[in-house]
Amino acid sequence: MGKPGAAPLLDIRNLTVSFATRNGSVTAVRDVSLSVARGETVAIVGESGSGKSVTSFAVMRILDQNGRIAAGSVVFSGIDLRSAQENEMQDLRGREISMIFQNPRAALNPIRQVGQQIEDVLIRHAQATRRTAHEKAIDLLRLVRINNPERRYYAYPFELSGGMCQRIVIAIALACQPRLLIADEPTTGLDVTTQKAVMDLVAELTRERGMSSILITHDLGLAAQYADKIVVMEQGIVVESGDPRKLFASPAHAYTRKLVRATPRPGAGLRDLLPETQQHGAQAAEMTSDPLVIAKEMPIIAVEALVKEYPLSSADTASIFRREQVTDVFRAVDGITFHVDHGESVGLVGESGCGKSTTSAMLMRLIDVTSGSIRFNGVEISNTPARDFARHELRGRLQMVFQDPADSLNPRFTAFRSIADPLYRLGGVKLKDEARAKVEKLARLTGLPLDLLDRFPHQLSGGQKARVGIARAIALDPKFLVLDEPTAALDVSVQAIILNLLADLKRELGMSYLFVSHDLNVVRLLCDRVIIMKSGRIVEQGDARSVMENPQAAYTRELLAAVPHPPV
Amino acid sequence: MAMAPDAPVQAEVFAARARFIRHIRHVLTSNPVTLLAAILAFLILTAAVFGPLIVPYNPLETNAAMQLKPPSATHWFGTDQLGRDVFSRVIVAARLDLAIALAAVAMSFTVGAIMGLVSGYYGGWTDVIIGRLCDTIMAFPLFVLAMGIVAALGNTIENIVYATAIINLPFYIRMVRAETMVRREAGFVQAARLSGNPDWRILAVQIFPNALPPMMVQVSLNLGWAILNAAGLSFIGLGVRPPDPEWGIMVAEGANFIVSGEWWLAFFPGLALMLAVFTFNLLGDGLRDIVDPRMRT
Repeated sequence: MGKPGAAPLLDIRNLTVSFATRNGSVTAVRDVSLSVARGETVAIVGESGSGKSVTSFAVMRILDQNGRIAAGSVVFSGIDLRSAQENEMQDLRGREISMIFQNPRAALNPIRQVGQQIEDVLIRHAQATRRTAHEKAIDLLRLVRINNPERRYYAYPFELSGGMCQRIVIAIALACQPRLLIADEPTTGLDVTTQKAVMDLVAELTRERGMSSILITHDLGLAAQYADKIVVMEQGIVVESGDPRKLFASPAHAYTRKLVRATPRPGAGLRDLLPETQQHGAQAAEMTSDPLVIAKEMPIIAVEALVKEYPLSSADTASIFRREQVTDVFRAVDGITFHVDHGESVGLVGESGCGKSTTSAMLMRLIDVTSGSIRFNGVEISNTPARDFARHELRGRLQMVFQDPADSLNPRFTAFRSIADPLYRLGGVKLKDEARAKVEKLARLTGLPLDLLDRFPHQLSGGQKARVGIARAIALDPKFLVLDEPTAALDVSVQAIILNLLADLKRELGMSYLFVSHDLNVVRLLCDRVIIMKSGRIVEQGDARSVMENPQAAYTRELLAAVPHPPV
Repeated sequence: MAMAPDAPVQAEVFAARARFIRHIRHVLTSNPVTLLAAILAFLILTAAVFGPLIVPYNPLETNAAMQLKPPSATHWFGTDQLGRDVFSRVIVAARLDLAIALAAVAMSFTVGAIMGLVSGYYGGWTDVIIGRLCDTIMAFPLFVLAMGIVAALGNTIENIVYATAIINLPFYIRMVRAETMVRREAGFVQAARLSGNPDWRILAVQIFPNALPPMMVQVSLNLGWAILNAAGLSFIGLGVRPPDPEWGIMVAEGANFIVSGEWWLAFFPGLALMLAVFTFNLLGDGLRDIVDPRMRT
């Protein structure tokens, strides 16, 4: 656009994208303008439905069939991408502009070796011939710090961890030395330490090569740490953009303020996450110092030397013909001992594969224990087989809120039916009117509007589904609740509300929580004590504040260092 | 669970029914092919239910004076070698063919769903045994297997139903097994366990309804195949016997007269057969949309 020298690499002007649907045209992105200079990293931040991904898809011209760029222009180093032919776009994609997707495993072809997949891109864009491709692919694997690249070349995606897969995707994206890299939620679903490693790698490689990049994320903290400029989007509109530091210090737009507030950060309490308008004086008492925590002699849950082993070879069909003893076992949980007191919230923190989900499943008696004991109010519950526990008298006392609100609701049940199910089964409720009254009471308790009770899960938002899940979990008035990353799938502003709801419910109903999470920042908000797990063992446990401020184990320090900190 | 029906509960039931009818109307109008299939299915069902009442002639009544007459205003589809009205016979035959197909599909649906649920949910030995059973059935050419079953069990209509049910069983088992396996560890199933649901209840109430949409497509496709299968068995002389009107036998008998120019004897029952199979194949997609609540928006 007429300014040589200072012309940005990518210039998006008044971009409007609309989708044709059954109910007419829907505008997903409206009048968005942003530019990316050479060597600059721009972060687009927004919650689900903000249009941040659609914007990047429009740049790449990979919108769904029913989507189209309705207005505006997209210019990439002098080329008008909106009017470019499809074959021109094919040449640009991968060579000039490349993309890293959210789920690395889905982005790789599961039945081809990763090395070959890197070669494909090199050959497609004439960066290598068949003879040189192998060597170049190994160089790229080395570049993204994959150990033993000569062997990993032959690995299939399922043989690699999530973080490794994402490195392969990055290698593919960088293979042809593109000038612009678009990373669409590159670290969602990865552990914090892996996230840090991946983001540091991307930052370093783009800096080395003078590349520009667009980082699309819902995590304001992550954006602030890695981007030169942040663009905040809400419902398809850019509400604010600018320098990350300034954005955090003095957010101009109300939505940015809400987002900044809702991002968990050191020094902020649970109530501080809510928008100013919603804090009706409840913050008088800090959630963690609860009057209910009166140390009784007997903890509500006492776990001792708990072990869960899985056979390593898949025994299912193989053992029918070979009856020998399976000796190789994998210890998912390796002799852990801890307790949860009455009215206490304990955080169980660790990365994927550390055994925290196995532990919570054992506590909930969904799977059998290999050895060790679990006592609930002094009653041993680990010796009833999991399949008979449905009839155990304590079944209703132990409940759980699941990780993914979408996955944990039956798509064919209305919200009412999901919440009423435990009441009918274990609550002794027989009549429909009685169930209705109880469910409505639970809905009020969890802040779920009553007119949503007759809806199916697909008609509810993420936050509403989370409320349904919580209402179901507290329907039987349980005394102990396992919260399995209840907010991992939610936007930060919804997360803030749900965490506050959980804190309120705990006080009102006198429950104890075991909060399972990988996010120390979130755990700190809700929990009195934290337990850090690694490879099936507890590496550290203690008072939440002292663990956060003065970690003893090296692993805890590593975890804490990896959490992205917004500039405050 | 339903107690004394009082006014609000009644109103709720009516509202739910109205929603469902509105949804069916939406599915039908949004896809003209489904609408066409629904109309054809309705015609076939009408013929099956009211056949003997609406046809102009007794399908079994012979008339020596009217042998092998071509289609005309009095005999729309002509008459056969015994002077029977082909139109009446084609209409009346719908009942028998449809009854065989429906009974067979209902049997394979029920048995297949139960076996598939158990196999997918428990895995291990149960799964191995049921899986090998499916493999064994599938190892035979299915029509030949059906012939063998009918020949071995005896040449009756019930045995045609059993044979058709058995050869369709593996499709249901495999489908339900796959649908069950992807859901047995799902969050909502775990939540149901926490709510104190025993295994059978989880299978019946939580998992099975989620397998319904793909099963409805299978049911509809299978109805078509089952009709073809029943007609095929009759065609080669198994199962239904003359003079009972049945599409397969009618085609078989009429085939003898095609060379001498009396094409209508085999043509019209064949056409009916083709339309029926066509209809049920098309209907599948529509049925899936009707039973899937996600489409109800």
